[in-house]
Amino acid sequence: MMPEEASTIAAQVDWIFYALCGVSIAIMLLVGTILLGFSIRYRRGSPAPRPPVSQSVTGRFEHSWTFGVAALAVFLFLFAASAQAPQYAIPKNAMEIHVVAKQWMWKTQHPGGAREINALHVPVDTPIKLVMTSQDVIHSFAVPAFRIKQDVLPDRLTATWFEANKVGTYHLFCTEYCGTDHSRMIGEIVVLSKQDYPAWLARQPQGEDLTAQGARLFRELGCSSCHGAGSKVAAPSLDRLWGATRQLADGRSAVVDEDYVRAAILAPQEHAGPGRVAEMPSFAGKVSAEELSALTSYLKSLSQGRSSAR
Amino acid sequence: MTAIDLERAANASLAPRLASYLTEGTTVRSWLLTTDHKRIALLYFASITVFFFVGGAAAVGIRLELFTPRADFFSSDTYNRLFTMHGVVMVWFFLVPSIPATLGNFLLPLMIGAHEVAFPKLNLVSWYLYIGGGLFTVLCLFLGGVDTGWTFYTPFSTMFSNSYVLLAALGVFVVGFSSIATGVNFIATVHLMRAEGMTWMRLPLFVWAMYATSLVMALATPVLAMALLLIIAERGLGIPIFDPTVGGDPLLFQHLFWFYSHPAVYIMILPAMGVVSEIIACEARRRIFGYQAMVYAMLVIAVLGFLVWGHHMFVSGQSPLASMIFSFLSFVIAVPSAIKVFNWTGTLYRGQIRFSAPMLYALGFVGLFTLGGLTGLMLAAVPVDVHVSDTYFVVAHFHYIMVGGAVSAFFGGLHFWWPKITGRMYSEVFARFAAVALFFGFNFTFFPQFIVGYLGMPRRYHEYVPEFQVWNVMSSTGAVTLAIAYLMPLVYLGWSLLYGERASANPHDATGLEWSTASPPPAHNFLTPPRVDAEPYAYHDDAKAPGYENKAEHPQRAGA
Repeated sequence: MMPEEASTIAAQVDWIFYALCGVSIAIMLLVGTILLGFSIRYRRGSPAPRPPVSQSVTGRFEHSWTFGVAALAVFLFLFAASAQAPQYAIPKNAMEIHVVAKQWMWKTQHPGGAREINALHVPVDTPIKLVMTSQDVIHSFAVPAFRIKQDVLPDRLTATWFEANKVGTYHLFCTEYCGTDHSRMIGEIVVLSKQDYPAWLARQPQGEDLTAQGARLFRELGCSSCHGAGSKVAAPSLDRLWGATRQLADGRSAVVDEDYVRAAILAPQEHAGPGRVAEMPSFAGKVSAEELSALTSYLKSLSQGRSSAR
Repeated sequence: MTAIDLERAANASLAPRLASYLTEGTTVRSWLLTTDHKRIALLYFASITVFFFVGGAAAVGIRLELFTPRADFFSSDTYNRLFTMHGVVMVWFFLVPSIPATLGNFLLPLMIGAHEVAFPKLNLVSWYLYIGGGLFTVLCLFLGGVDTGWTFYTPFSTMFSNSYVLLAALGVFVVGFSSIATGVNFIATVHLMRAEGMTWMRLPLFVWAMYATSLVMALATPVLAMALLLIIAERGLGIPIFDPTVGGDPLLFQHLFWFYSHPAVYIMILPAMGVVSEIIACEARRRIFGYQAMVYAMLVIAVLGFLVWGHHMFVSGQSPLASMIFSFLSFVIAVPSAIKVFNWTGTLYRGQIRFSAPMLYALGFVGLFTLGGLTGLMLAAVPVDVHVSDTYFVVAHFHYIMVGGAVSAFFGGLHFWWPKITGRMYSEVFARFAAVALFFGFNFTFFPQFIVGYLGMPRRYHEYVPEFQVWNVMSSTGAVTLAIAYLMPLVYLGWSLLYGERASANPHDATGLEWSTASPPPAHNFLTPPRVDAEPYAYHDDAKAPGYENKAEHPQRAGA
């Protein structure tokens, strides 16, 4: 009756669920017993005595259960919220998998470049960060055994994470209705042992590393002629940019992350620095979702001391 | 004969029958151009019944298909159109208008002692708007349907769907104005048309429920209209709004949609709460426990209902802080709902409880609503919601509220006021059987969906993985019982219309003003304007508990 618990947060989610079930059953029993008890005792014509109920008693009951229920609601909120933080806090050392959703398939790509369709192989006991985008409509990446779910939006990056703690094969479902074959947009998450994962990876046709792909695109699309070292154009240098907070011309400030970089490539005018006008053209419609993932990965590597010339 | 004498004559069941609103005119024209709120209520009854069975037929298709994991009867496209039609028709063409436009239209003026609603012509316009919206939807259905889900999520609905989205959106857009018209009309009616002495704190809870519902209808529905117009603009006119490739935000639609559609849940459940309060008080022969708390609870629900829409978007990419705030408010809104449940049970205390068919529906409502509400708490907890969002757990939850709750109450109210509306009695035996069948059939159908949902089965799945089958078989089997429970009233209430025993003015010995006039009421409701000098639900003296023989001859009406 319960789904398998195969991630580090699964047990915690279930614990909250069980606790809420316990509270619910208690309340159902309470209401049910009162309802049934009164129904029997005070059925029409029964001999049970029915002395009048004084207003003060009524009022006292009213106040006490209002207060009681309010306190319970706040307590349950705090209880559930306390477990909410780990769901959102993505570990810094997580292995990054890029996911592209489209009608009606999942495409996943490993850091080394290996690609899969409707499947994802991951090592056990390793935090995995999923960086996801969609090529068309909204989809949702759901793995019930891990208790995770995150909508995948077109032209935007969303992220979630999990750490599988049990070797096995688990369902991947699309849970945001996406058209005709929505119910066939399913796949498998295969959790391998720490020994089996490298062996599996070695057997895969080695695609180009995502970062290397990004580096190639960076040259091919002409980004390097303005942003590259020694360029004469006053385009901002992209070294050490990642994670920094940037001031923008319109007064906003933004932290440079996947979403920011993606937005800046698609709409440079809205992301110019203070007192500047972006000369960079928009790349909207010129780069695919997958190419954006590669570029993002490359730009990130620039700030992490990884060489771009590989 | 004085007016009072006439009224007495009308009340006596053996007296010669006076002209009622039903016999006031018998031509088709007299019905289609009527401005009598009671006749408009009947027009609505007929139309929502048709749509209920259209939506129900779609549900039969869904449950049939889900009996096995593979595709058996329909293509994926057809299946997607089935569940979309089921949702669109049931939400906008049955549930939203169900209690307000039928029982509300019929009873609101009677309960406050008025001869009409404030704007009788607007009332008729509202029915034509409903029919207009319905025609668009039926046309859409005949052309091939729509496959976006009742939620019309962008960019799927505006840029990717190959079905009749525009027609469906137009249908819902138009029908929205019918509920705005009803809402405005009811607000004005309650403010302006109350009988002498009918102060706010003497209003029956059904009237308060209608008032709170009307506020939500009038304030939330325009947002739906706006969201649908934006869909029409993007899909029909190519104006980019939600298209992310040109800078649009598809999530904006979800915010707008749920800003209406969460309050819409309260449009469906508040009227149900009103109906159940009337039935329980009457059948337990007991004053409502904590009348004022019941009133304030409904108003708090109506207001807070506007502030919780974000709990539909916990997995959408909404910020964690926003999710936390929406989670908190969603827990808070459980408080007024819980107060109502406790007060209904409190009303039974030291009563003289009669288990008539309406009472069985009402008690069933309390149970199903409580379970629906408690699973709502689980959904308000973000970590649990992330896991069950868009699964059958959610499907089961909202069916407990909107079908187990609202439809039980609608049936309860239909039976309770049937003698008043038609002037006929129905078969109590069959009605009780149907009420019990509804309760069990409902649970057999929807409880397994909680389990299969927690196991991870996504909603809107035409095919599913084999391990979910056992739960789906249970659900589909239970649906047979549920279908019987829905069809039964059609038969025995139909029989009652033709052959039922004539009803007296007040067959339940209830206190409301509606019971102080003839059954069925005359065209202008009351022969003399009623005057009120007491609180509602005076089923027994304040200082005394109800006795078995206790009669309540419409004590809210003075001098009758």
